[in-house]
Amino acid sequence: MKFHHHRLANGLNIIGEISPSARSTALGFFVRTGARDEVSQVSGVSHFLEHMVFKGTPRRTALDVNCDFDRIGANYNAFTSEENTVFYAAVLPEYVPQAVDILADILRPSLRGEDFEGEKKVILEEIAMYEDQPMWCAYDHAKKAYFADHPLGNSVLGSVASVQALTREQMQAYFDRRYVGPNITVAAAGNFDWRGLLKLIDKHCGNWPSGKAPRKGVRPAAGRDSFQVVPKDKVQQEHVFLISPAPAADAPLRHAADVLAMILGDDTDSRMHWALVDPGLADSADVSFHDYEGTGSFFTSLSCAPEQTQKNLSILRGLFRQVQADGVSAEELAQAKSKVLSRVVRASERPMGRMQALGMSWTYLGKYRSMDDELKAFEAVTLKKIREVLDRHPFAEMATLALGPLKKLRKPR
Amino acid sequence: MPQQIHHHTFDNGLTLLAERMDHVRSASLNFLVPAGCVYDPENEIGLASVLSEMITRGAGDRDSRALSLALDNLGVDRDESVGQLHQRFWGATLASNIPAALEIYADILRRPRLPKEELDPVRALALQDLQALEDDHKAMVMVELRRRHWPLPLGRDRRGTPATLKRITPASVRKHYERSFGPRGMIVSVAGKIDWPALRDQVERLFGDWQGAGAPELKLKKAINGRGHVEKETAQTQIAIAYPSVPFGHPDYYAAQGAVQVLSGGMGSRLFTEVREKRNLCYAVWASYQTFKDRACVLAYAGTTNDRAQQTLDVTLVELKRLAEGVTDEEVERVRAGLKSSVIMQEESTSARAGALASDWYYLGRVRPIEEIQAAIDGLSAAQIVAYVKKNPPRDMTVVTLGPAALKSKAE
Repeated sequence: MKFHHHRLANGLNIIGEISPSARSTALGFFVRTGARDEVSQVSGVSHFLEHMVFKGTPRRTALDVNCDFDRIGANYNAFTSEENTVFYAAVLPEYVPQAVDILADILRPSLRGEDFEGEKKVILEEIAMYEDQPMWCAYDHAKKAYFADHPLGNSVLGSVASVQALTREQMQAYFDRRYVGPNITVAAAGNFDWRGLLKLIDKHCGNWPSGKAPRKGVRPAAGRDSFQVVPKDKVQQEHVFLISPAPAADAPLRHAADVLAMILGDDTDSRMHWALVDPGLADSADVSFHDYEGTGSFFTSLSCAPEQTQKNLSILRGLFRQVQADGVSAEELAQAKSKVLSRVVRASERPMGRMQALGMSWTYLGKYRSMDDELKAFEAVTLKKIREVLDRHPFAEMATLALGPLKKLRKPR
Repeated sequence: MPQQIHHHTFDNGLTLLAERMDHVRSASLNFLVPAGCVYDPENEIGLASVLSEMITRGAGDRDSRALSLALDNLGVDRDESVGQLHQRFWGATLASNIPAALEIYADILRRPRLPKEELDPVRALALQDLQALEDDHKAMVMVELRRRHWPLPLGRDRRGTPATLKRITPASVRKHYERSFGPRGMIVSVAGKIDWPALRDQVERLFGDWQGAGAPELKLKKAINGRGHVEKETAQTQIAIAYPSVPFGHPDYYAAQGAVQVLSGGMGSRLFTEVREKRNLCYAVWASYQTFKDRACVLAYAGTTNDRAQQTLDVTLVELKRLAEGVTDEEVERVRAGLKSSVIMQEESTSARAGALASDWYYLGRVRPIEEIQAAIDGLSAAQIVAYVKKNPPRDMTVVTLGPAALKSKAE
């Protein structure tokens, strides 16, 4: 595997990892912008803009964009999170020039008024779709409770009111500020020619404006200790989220945090699996580690029958207390490492998986990390490092939010 | 590098399939056991799901925890699922750990402990699974669609009901295992960096002396079809539609697949363009193809806010029917490109290949070489697709909606 990096004069970064035996090439445009970069007046603009990028340019109508991608058999999409907006496509190697032509073109969208009003209706449908998903609603509420006025508490979708009030001009202004050369990384993985790719990107993106797109409010989240019940009588199961502090995306302890989350709440053989799912007390219980710029958090989620919820919360409380006091065992650590090894290797076998990893690593760390670097970092996790994660980010202060048929719950002691 | 596909059917009826993939470090295992939920006794529906959860709770020398730990120590990511006709056991890890994983899977499939004390927790999970379905409207509308569209028991939901789950006993789980697990009709497929002679010998040693009958013949009832509505207070109405297509292996199969791709292949396809892009009626709209050995269908789905649901249903139905009026060469060119790239990209995923080996074998009794699939895709034409749709127009439709109010049925 060979890695390359180049920076265009306007500050846009291009990175690529070549794997000659791959059958495809994956390309991604990583724009370092998302819900946390929005002021409340434009809540939801990053995600809405992601949709508008597919609605065409001076050279392409919305239908042209879709048909041009389809014509080369591309596997393409985009996503928006709190911190990133990513546009990507995987294609057969012979179609790389066309894929770059389309992706680079659509990243300078026309934002036509008519398309803007039409797509607004699609966004409102997407908001309605998530409203019908209780686990997602619980997540969104919990995030607000935990992050409070920290920018990471901003909703990616925005609200019906904020999306309805958005204007084309506000979106254009946001685009002009955020979609500048130094704020974009193009990542490629799989089977491609580096020089050829470089020329293509330079040709299509070399004239993009440069400029600064600083991110405000990069700081640790205070993390509220809160307990909230949101009654929804039409929901059947109780859906609970618990959020607590964790290391940030650039913290050396992030691999240890990942392993700790796995030991506590992976879907097989974790402490929560044995304590809650295996005995049939909950239909799911898991922990995941989310790392952001400047902060991080552990998200614990639980879904169970309403009448079981109070007891399950006490069980969770007990598990957190126990791990906080005694840490994890050497056996648990070894076991988690063998799971990680297999998962990292398998995810890296597809160019799409490698491209995502490359792009994220460059966006957050400004450096290349090979698959072996990642494997070594996981291999280097020790019991001591896990202890350090627990000491620095204790499972003590937690935001707990339950959404479902229950009207009240007691905070477990 | 040409594909390296291997096959062996043992005397007891078990089929082993493998594909050697030189460019990967991992491998995936796939066991297809003809013991799906259609074989559950009428008064104990949910039994296959319960068995599939019980079977990993201890096998051979290992109890539940030891078994799980052994698989985790080998880095096996895994999943057990119950379909209409099959139970599927899937596991993937580094290729060097596959022989050890196979030893454990042989215990699971042949020597499960099915411990009595595990039934209550497993039943509690099954009841929650049923309860959780109520919070997943999209899955719920599909359950109701299948129940109406396919003749029972093919359209049955594997989850059963609280009443059928309550009837299940440790003895009935054991009996169902003995009746439905055996080598006949079972397909084991492995894809990745494997060593074929060693794999074949190991599977022969582990499963060669297993004896047992295959799945019994199914007696099908008459399908319900028609219109259905599930009333629920929701923000969006869920719309699901099914109509007959030709099964996998039929001479018109690729044309049928082509027709579905024109409808829903990429974002430039008809449903996405007409329903979402031009009219902005919804976020999610798609069509897909589902097959059994002797019958198949096109499934279509849209989710939209309640006051726009009628229009969404009408437009979707118009698009399904309009296909017979013509398809452009441009559209077929896009379909060919999409299918071609998905076939090639499948070669990058050991689990996709392990799955494809097993399904080819189940439906066709052979594994299609990539060249054959590519030739069929290259041969697709607009005329062929239109001729297929004219011969098999959308008819005998089943339409199910879920939301606060039923919709009018003028357009069918």
